[in-house]
Order: sequence, then C-alpha cells, then structure tokens
Amino acid sequence: MSPRPLRLTRLHVFAALFVLLGLALLWWAPGAFEADTISRLNFGLGRDAPGWGAPTRLTLQVIGGLYLASGLLALVNRWPRVSLAALVLSGLLIFPAVLIGAAAGKQTNVLTMLAESLRLATPIVIGATAGIWAERTGIINIAIEGMMLAGACFGFTSLFFLEPIMPGATNLVLLISVLVAVVFGGLMALLHAWLSIRFNVNQVVSGTVINILAIGLTSFVRREWLLSTRAGRITLPNIAIPGLVDIPVIGDVLFNNKPIFYMMFVLLILTHVILFYTPFGLRMRAVGEHPEAADTVGVNVFFMRYLNTTISGMIAGLGGAWFSLETVGGFDDVMTGGRGFIALAAMIFGKWTPFGAFGGGLLFGFADALGTRFQILNVPVPPQWLQMLPFLTTMVVLAGLVGRATAPAAEGIPYEKQ
Amino acid sequence: MAEITAETHQSQPRQPSPGRMPRNWSEIGSRLVPGLAVVTAMIFGAVFMVAAATDWAAARAAFSADGVGGFISEVRPGIGRAGIAYGALFEGAAGLGYVNPSSIRAETFYVTLLPLGERSLVFIPRNLIDTIVRTIPFILAGLAVALGFKCGLFNIGAEGQLYAGGLLAALIGFHPAFRGLPSLIHIPLAVAAGIAGGLLWGAIPGFLKARTGAHEVINTIMMNYIAIRLADWLIKSREPVIMLDTTASVPRTPFVAQSAMYPYLANTSLHFGLFVALAAVWLVWWFLYRTTLGFEIRTVGANPSAARYAGMSVSRSVVLAMALSGGLAGLAGAGEVLGVQHNLSPGFFAGVGFDSIAIALLAKTNPFAVVPAALLWGGLINGAGLMQVRADLSIDVVKIIQAFIVMFIAADQIVRALWRIRARRRGEEVVFARGWS
Amino acid sequence: MAEPAATPAAEPVLEVIGITKRFPGVLANNDIHFTLTRGQIHCMLGENGAGKTTLMNIIYGLYQPDAGEIRMNGRPVMIHSANDAIRLGIGMVHQHFMLVPQLTVTENIILGNEVTQGPFLDRRKAAAQILALSERFGLEIDPEARVGELPVGARQRVEIVKALYRQASILILDEPTAVLTPQEAEDLFKVMHALVEQGVSIVFITHKLKEVLAVADQITVLRNGEVAGVVAPEEASEASLAALMVGRAVILQVEKAAAHPGEPVLSVEELRVTDERGHTAVNGISFEARAGEILGVAGVQGNGQTELVRAITGLMHPLSGRILIAGQDVSTATPRQITELGVAHIPEDREADGLVKPYPVVDNIILNSYYRPPFARGIVMNEAEAVKQATEVVERFDVRTPSIYAEVGTLSGGNKQKIIAGREFSRPIKLLVAAQPTRGLDVGSIEFIHKQIVAQRDQGVAVLLVSAELDEIMALSDRIAVMYRGQIIDVLPAAQADRETLGLLMAGVHPAQD
Repeated sequence: MSPRPLRLTRLHVFAALFVLLGLALLWWAPGAFEADTISRLNFGLGRDAPGWGAPTRLTLQVIGGLYLASGLLALVNRWPRVSLAALVLSGLLIFPAVLIGAAAGKQTNVLTMLAESLRLATPIVIGATAGIWAERTGIINIAIEGMMLAGACFGFTSLFFLEPIMPGATNLVLLISVLVAVVFGGLMALLHAWLSIRFNVNQVVSGTVINILAIGLTSFVRREWLLSTRAGRITLPNIAIPGLVDIPVIGDVLFNNKPIFYMMFVLLILTHVILFYTPFGLRMRAVGEHPEAADTVGVNVFFMRYLNTTISGMIAGLGGAWFSLETVGGFDDVMTGGRGFIALAAMIFGKWTPFGAFGGGLLFGFADALGTRFQILNVPVPPQWLQMLPFLTTMVVLAGLVGRATAPAAEGIPYEKQ
Repeated sequence: MAEITAETHQSQPRQPSPGRMPRNWSEIGSRLVPGLAVVTAMIFGAVFMVAAATDWAAARAAFSADGVGGFISEVRPGIGRAGIAYGALFEGAAGLGYVNPSSIRAETFYVTLLPLGERSLVFIPRNLIDTIVRTIPFILAGLAVALGFKCGLFNIGAEGQLYAGGLLAALIGFHPAFRGLPSLIHIPLAVAAGIAGGLLWGAIPGFLKARTGAHEVINTIMMNYIAIRLADWLIKSREPVIMLDTTASVPRTPFVAQSAMYPYLANTSLHFGLFVALAAVWLVWWFLYRTTLGFEIRTVGANPSAARYAGMSVSRSVVLAMALSGGLAGLAGAGEVLGVQHNLSPGFFAGVGFDSIAIALLAKTNPFAVVPAALLWGGLINGAGLMQVRADLSIDVVKIIQAFIVMFIAADQIVRALWRIRARRRGEEVVFARGWS
Repeated sequence: MAEPAATPAAEPVLEVIGITKRFPGVLANNDIHFTLTRGQIHCMLGENGAGKTTLMNIIYGLYQPDAGEIRMNGRPVMIHSANDAIRLGIGMVHQHFMLVPQLTVTENIILGNEVTQGPFLDRRKAAAQILALSERFGLEIDPEARVGELPVGARQRVEIVKALYRQASILILDEPTAVLTPQEAEDLFKVMHALVEQGVSIVFITHKLKEVLAVADQITVLRNGEVAGVVAPEEASEASLAALMVGRAVILQVEKAAAHPGEPVLSVEELRVTDERGHTAVNGISFEARAGEILGVAGVQGNGQTELVRAITGLMHPLSGRILIAGQDVSTATPRQITELGVAHIPEDREADGLVKPYPVVDNIILNSYYRPPFARGIVMNEAEAVKQATEVVERFDVRTPSIYAEVGTLSGGNKQKIIAGREFSRPIKLLVAAQPTRGLDVGSIEFIHKQIVAQRDQGVAVLLVSAELDEIMALSDRIAVMYRGQIIDVLPAAQADRETLGLLMAGVHPAQD
C-alpha cells in the first residue's frame, strides 16, 4: 500500500483553527483577567434570581484547553467520529466563552440574552422556512431578501394609509397590514416563479432581479409617499399567552411576545408536518429531487413550483412585516440589512429541514444579540466589529457545513417538458 | 447544477460573422433585443412616474364626477411629468436638451445647435463628460462580474471589493509615508494597492468555494457587509484615528496627495481612469480568449467536469477568476478615489454591486459590450439628478428602470413577445451561474 | 388489477394508428401502426434513435403526436398526460428509472396516488398494499428501503410494482434488460410471463435480438422512425431481424488479426476506490493490460467500472493500492500528469465529461492539449495551429460538421464521439481507456469507432475497454475481465469466453468454484 498524499480537508483546516484559538485563549486569559474575577451569569431578573458565578480566567482556560484538545484530536485523524463530535461541542462553547469573557467582573442575564437571540432569530428563521418551501420544489430562492423588503415596505404603507382612515381600529389595521405584507411578498415570488419557470431564466439571476427591483421599488415608494411627519410608530402588540406566561423563569420570556414571533413556531411546525407527513409534502420533495419521476405519475411539476414559490414569498413577506410592523413601526431603505441572505445560510445549515433551519437561525440570532449585549456590558470593542459577527458566522458556518449538506437534486434546473 | 445562458460563442470574435444584410424584422429585431429591453423598461418606468405624479384623490373625484374623461384629464399632467422626466434624464445624461438657453446657469458652457424660437436645441458638453466619468467605474465593475460569469461564478461582491480597493488606494494616496513620491510611482502604487485589495476580497470567497464548496453568492454578499462595516470603522474610528480626516466636518479620509491623483484630461473632469478602464476591457478580452488561463476559466464555466477531464484545475480557475474579478472591482474603487473623489467616505460605493451585475448581464458577459452597457448606466445615474429637479420625481425611479432592464435582458422572451421577434435559437446560450452545490 | 385473460383470442387492447411525431430537424415517428392484443408480449425492436422511446412516450402521454390516433379496446382515446395514461391502465417502466432516490420504496410507489388517513400519509397501510402486490406477482421488494440504496434489479421491481399499484393492464418496459445480467434478465422474463398470465399485456422495448426471440409473441421492428416490419418470432432469425432493424446485412463480428501482446503498460495492484458517497466501489482489484492487446472489462453497470476508470485516469483518488502506467506510480497523479504519460480516455459520459457543448469543434479538439506547443507558448494561445489541427481531425475522422466553428452541442452523438476519438488518437498514446465507447450510437458510428480501437491496438497501444454491452466486449477483446461488486471475479482469454460463462460471472457465480 502506497502512502496516501496528505490532503488538506476541511476538517483539518478547522482543527488547526481550533488549536490556534485554544492556544490564544490559554495565552490571553491569564493576562487579561485577575484570578479572582468572577463573571456572574443570572437566569432571571433581580437580585435573587438564580445564577452562577463563573471564575472568568479558569473557565476561559478550561474552554481554551478543550479547543486545543479537540483540535489536536482531529489533527491526529484517528477516531473521526469522536473528534468530529468534540469539534462541534467545543465549537458551540464559543458563545459561553465570549459571554463569560465579556461579563468579567460584572453580571449579565443569560435568560434575556436567550430571549433576545430568539427574537432576533425570528426574521432569519421565517426567511429560512420561506426558503425551504421554494427550494424543496427545486426553485433556488436567493430573493428572500427582496421579498422581505417588499413585505416590510408595503405592509407599512398599508398601515400608513389605513391608520388615518380607520381610527380606533388599530389592531384590525395592523392585521390587514400584515396580510398586505404577505400578499406583496407573494407577488414578488410570483414574478420570480414566472421568470424562472415560464422563461427558464437562471434562478440566481432571476432572484437578483427581484432583489434589485425590491430595493428600487421600496425606496421609490418611501420617497414618494411615505415621507411625512406623520410617523406611525405603532407596532404589533404583545400578546401574553394565558397560563403559559405564568411559568416561572421562562414564562415571561417565551410567552409574552409579539404575534410574528409566535408565527415563527407555528410555521416551523406546520412546515415540518406538511413536508414530511402529507401527500402534498411528498409531492413537493419528489418535484425537488426528481421532477420527471413526479411528472410521470401525474404530479404537475409547474403547478407545484409556482404554488410553492408563491407560498415561499408569502412567508418571506411575513418575515418582512417583522421588521416594519413588529419591531420598528416604520420603514427605512434596505431595512432588512441582509437578513434574507443569512436566512439562506441558516436554511443550508439546517439541511433544508425546518427544525435544522431553526437551529441555524438561532445561531445567527445569538451572534446578533451578542452585539447588543457587548454594548450593554461596555466591552471596548468597536460596534462595527460586532455588527460583522452575524456575517462572519455565516461564512464560517457555510465553509464548515455546506459540503455535507446536499441540496434538493433538481434545484436550479428548469424543468422542460417536451 | 443550474446553468443559464445567453449568447456565448457569438461573442467570440474569431467566429466569422455572416457578411450579409439582415432580411426581415425578426432578424433585425434579434440584434436589437438589448436595446428594446431598455426601451421596454423605460416604458414600464413611466408607469411608476405617472403613478407618482398623479394626485389620485383628485383623479378619483374627477372620475366619479366626469367619468373617464375627467379621470384622464387628471392623469394627463402625470403623463406630462413623465415626458419632462425623460427629457431631463436624457439632457442630464447626453447633454442634448431642448430648453430655454437663459435657464442654463451662467457658468455652464453650452453650444446652441438649433435655435427654435424661445427654446433651442442645445448641447451641454459638461453633462456628457460627467456621464462618462460616471461610466468609468461601471465599466470596470461590470467587467469584474462578467469575468466571474465566464467561470460560472456569480460575484455579487463587487461592492465590497470596491471598498477594499478604494480603502487601500486611499491609504497609499494620503498616507504621509508616501508623500513626495513622483506621480509616476505614486499613482501605480496606489492603483496596485487598490487592485490588491479587491483581489484579496474576491479571492476569499473564491477560495472558500474551491475548498469547501460554500456558495459564492452568499459569501460575496457577506463580504460586502463585512467590507461596509470595516470601511465604516476604519473611516469613522476616533479612538484610535485610523483613516479619519479629523479636520473634516463629515466622516471621510484625508484627501490623497496631488501626486497620487489621476491626471485630468484637457481641463475637464474626465480623468486618466477612462484609459485604464478601456485598456482593462481589451486586456480582459485578450485574457479570456487568447490565453490558456482564460481558456481554462471559460471551460470551467461551461462544463466543470469536462474541465477536470481535460486536466484543468477547477479550484485554481475558480480562485483565479474570483481574484481577478475582485481585482477589477478593486481597480474601479481605486479609480473613484484617485480620479474623482480624492478621498473616501463610508457609504460611497453603495449599490455599485447590483449595478455591475446588471451591466454584466446587459452585456451578456461580453467584455466589449460592457462599455455601452456601462455608458447606459452612467447616463441613467448622471441624468437622474436633473430629472429629479425638473420633474420632482425621486431618483429611485431610475433603480426601478434598471431592475426592469435586467429583468428583460434575463428573460428576453418577454421582449421578443412584446415586439414580435422570433424566439431565440437553442444554443445561443452562455453559462451565468450555478446552484448551491 | 387486470381481469384474468378471459378470451385468449387476439383481442386488441391497444392500437396505434398512423402516429407521426416531429422534433425540430428530426422525424422521430412517421406513420406508425401497431397493435397489442390482450395477454401478449409485444416486442418493439429497433436501433438507438429508431423512435421506440418516442412512440412509447406518446402512448404514455408524455409527448403529443402531430398526427395519428390511439385506440384502446377499440375506442379512440386522447392521452394528454401521464395522468390520462394511468387512468386508462397504462403503466411504463422507463429506461432511466423514474424513481426518487431520496425517498423510500413506499413513498415512490404511492407518489401521486397517495394512501391517506385524514390529511396525512398512511405509510403503514400503503406498505401493506405494496407487500400484497409484490407477493402476488413474485416481485420481492422491501417497502421501507430507501430507493437510492437499492441495486438496479430491485429498482426495476419497484418500477413494475409502481405500475401495478396503479392497476396497469398494459405495461410498457423500455429497454429493461440494459442494466441486468443475462440471468437477471431471465428472472425478469419469468415475471413478465407471470404478469401475462394474470391478463396484463406487455410492450417490451429492446435492441437485443436474442431476447426478442426468447420472449416475444409478436415483433414490430422500427427503423428511422418507421415500421420496418411486423413478424412472428417463429418466422424470424437473428440475422433476419438484424437486417430489418438496420436496413442492410450487419457484420456482427469485428475483423481483427490476432493480438501480439507486449510489455504491460497498465498495472493495477490491490486497488480500492470509494464512490462519491463514500461506499466502497472498487474492492481490491489487480490486473495488467499489455501493449497491443484489448482488455475488455465486462460487467453489469454499477459494479465499480466507473470508479475504476476514474481512478486510472486520475479523476478520483484511490483509497489504497497502486496504479502503474508505463512503470510510473500514478495513484495520486492528476489527470493532466496521466494524460502526459500517453493515456487517452474516452469517457463514459461523453456529454458531461468529454465535451464542452457550447464550444466550437475546434476548441473541443484542443481541449486537453491547449496548453502545449504548438497550441500555446507560455500562456498565449496560437489559434492558427488549433484550426490546423481541427481541420485535420475533422477530415481524418470523418466528422460531419458544417464547420470547425460549429457548436459541438448541435452535432449528433456519433459525430461527438468521433471528435473525442479524433482528439485522443491524434497524439502519441500508450494506453487507451475507453468507457462505453459506443453507447447510444448508430450502427455506422459503432463500426467506425470499433475499427479505430482495433487500429490503435494494432499500433501497439494497450486498450482497456469497459462496456456493459456483452456483444461489444466479446467482439473486440483479446482478454476479458469480469467485474462484480467491485472485484474482478475472473479474467479469461476471449477465445474461452462464451455468453453463458460470462453471464454467470457477471452475476457473481464462478462456475469453477461451484
């Protein structure tokens, strides 16, 4: 047996990175923190909230050691399964490590941090769910961003014009506005479907068209009609779910939120059930993997693709409403800020499954929330660096995972019937 | 893997073109498709202009009072505004206008071509020159995206690469360490730095694509956001001051040294960057169609598994194409800093990324066709200012027109159907980009 | 399910009357007539491109005919979609299986016709129905298995059950034996007879003469999109069918002189290769190919031949073992290094690997020598030399193309393969690796390519010929290696190899050991 060439695999790159990171932590922690510095992590508000005081330096050193160990283990390349698990485990420890480092000598509420992550994950998870609907039937949807933007803009436009007409009926107006956002997201998606199904336009190009169009259209609409002193600043109301909200510790965090936040969970469950347990979902998956096979048993490939892409856009429109109607109460140019693209990364991370995408979305939500948390804790890091975090996370995650995630086989390939 | 297409080998100049005249509308029309796409997009844009310029409440009232006639009379001023808007757009872009000469500002030089009573047909060279100045970065950035497409890569990251190039060029331009260098050294140094910045910014997603398969569309977008934040920090940071000009009232870098500025041509705002851009066009064409590396890049773009079979290194081509693409965009960024702005402020390159995609698509990835496509873009953007003044319409309407142009170029069947031109032949196709894996 | 055959007499269940179908530039079907009677196995015989598959796709509603009529049980029917065909009781097993590899057997079978409970799929009930069907017809399948992990034979059974699940009374089998060993084909024929006994009528499409004579009740021969003849098997012989199919007498044997094997050019030692999904595809193979001989590699598709070829040509790296070409270890060499050693490769999938379809002929001819003098100096390419080379190859290999600037994608399969052969044979080579070199070609091109391969051998090139066509292997090879599940089960001199022996070997049965 001849010696195999030493080929640099992704695993090795990551392992080397982890070794370096571990060494850096081990070297940096003793210099940066006194031995008796404590990072206090609270679970809840107030003085009596349960919490855990972690000795900053020791914890960071332990985590650094874990990094070093798992990296070395992977480099040795003996027990692939064990070392992969170790890598993933220590990879996840980056978050507590950063948090503990940031909270040195102070205290921080882990629970609100998690709640904030979930909240910031909402548009990403909804966007990823939207992506799943289109991509499972074989239509690449890089236009989630544009569809969200359209939803955000037109949802707010509806609020802006209806509010003076229907005074007093704020909740009804908000409901209508969310529906308008959903419809406009769907319309953009319909255009995407039309271009890519009817005209076989490359789906990445078609998606880019939608994104450009959405930017132009929404800033035009804002400039022409929405500039006014009459700023709405109304947002969707909090809804406390009776009973559940009284659960200690997590009740208030999870069950006293805004409607689109809840919708995220509804959509996740619904998408999962439809995709894997209904005839419609079976057909969706078949169309995305092998459209000819679906066609020969009488499944209408074009119809499925139009329908699902439109549904995808409607979901993205709802995600757009999260920005303008649930969070800000207004519309700014390009307010989605790349969350639609991050959603795609979350979808790929989750291997095109709803709950996987939820995990991915949570990861990015956490990276986002970390930024805010740093500012609260007064960590002397430029805010721009923190704003880079979600984007950097996306790149690292994609580099680490995309090769192992397989997209639906027929994705991006126009279906041609003779 | 998704592949899409438009004319590829049509654009390859070595193919002898048939030397006969086109015979019928379909044949002439086929060659006019890009132009017709632009016209169609403008018609669609007009709809938005009319919508914005009409007082819909009044129109509704007039409709209920006087029926359709009343409605039309209310909409008509809107149509008039759209007409004014396009007239102004054209005048702002090409310098040709039908105006009252006394309305032109005194310091503006103009030539009266044809006096027609109170108003005259005038030519304002300044407008055209400004359009060309606007065109220069679009040529380079459009080339960048086109080069990526040739390798089957969709580089959405031109914007970030422009920042990377612009930042480094500015740094070399203003940094005290380089002051006093002769122009012959300072300019090439700053340009090289700009190219290097873009090169690096493009090579990272290229490397990630080749090594890990991570899709370049997402990574270049992420690199855009990172570049924007990075530029924001570098330029705005006060503790420590990194690239901020502390004497300026707005956040921007200091001005680059005189010795690093592109020379102006004949006392106009036209600068040396024009020649750089045109040289780049020829160079890119030569590289793609006359060198082995270009052949490899095109083969990888057209059929990666055949490229692998033929002994080419797909990863090397992918990294090279992304790096060169980034380098071209970096050159564009450097040109704006050294030739136009002479400093860099955050947000300066916003939107150029999408513009360059549109230009590359409009040119169907042909390097030479990038020039007219970029000129159109430069004109649209340069003319938009005058349009906004004259017709009181948001310049964002130009973005809508641009989106429609890209849409009609990508789905030229729509244009062909609208203008009754025969469907395109199969085979007249080029690879633009691929799916996730 | 179909009624038991009540009337054994010739009761027509499906009549095709005057079907014509035109594709751009091709008349695929021209005024075709044919009649299928109840309980009949009707063979549709014809060369590649004779229009068999087009006709079946019309009957199955995937294409619409330009003219003509289809009648079922005497009544004219309109079949606009697969749905219509299914409703009328027509089932089709496509040449390329219409199964979703990522789904399970059950999911594939019920797709489009789902068993539900409320709004949800009822997988358990569906699986029970499928098991019942499979037992009734003796088609062994596991409803829970994922289709992507099944061997081809099992996938074919899934396809048949899929048709039966939809209550098909007419079953169209499009080239079903192409992926089977002779013994597996025998099993399929048994299943077909069982189906016929239960009243199903079968259209059996093939281009293999022996099979036709073995199973057919009636034979329709297609040639160039037209019916060339309708014959009963009792009245036909292989030779007469071949003449009908091709339109002239065919030389079934390739003329070649005895081989004069020289030094080993290729030696493979204990080679192991994994496929793209990481499963072992080549499992410890050792053999040698010598200068001046053709070593044929026989075997049913998917037994590791693809990976073997890809490893030898550098497109895949072996897991372990060695590959030596002309004495050099190339186990980890790049495709370019291997090409430079004098290896020519006719790839299995010529459209995907061998050609760049949007490129003109000339660029395809220099596809793997573009970087070398005289075609390039440094990185600058010399166009005139490329044109000269292309003109020469086009002439010498009789490539029918409007010009050397024509896009390769617009040429026919035979001309595409001639371009590849021309490219590979126009430089000095020591080893030729030819994978499925004549798949899907017309008879004329097949003869041409065969002659070229033999000519290379006679010039002292070592040839490794990988083919799923047993006839091709037997006609060309000097020695024959049989691959089964990633291993070479035996190597025989061509003179000792007959169909039966090879067939058993291809099925993994070693006569000497039993």
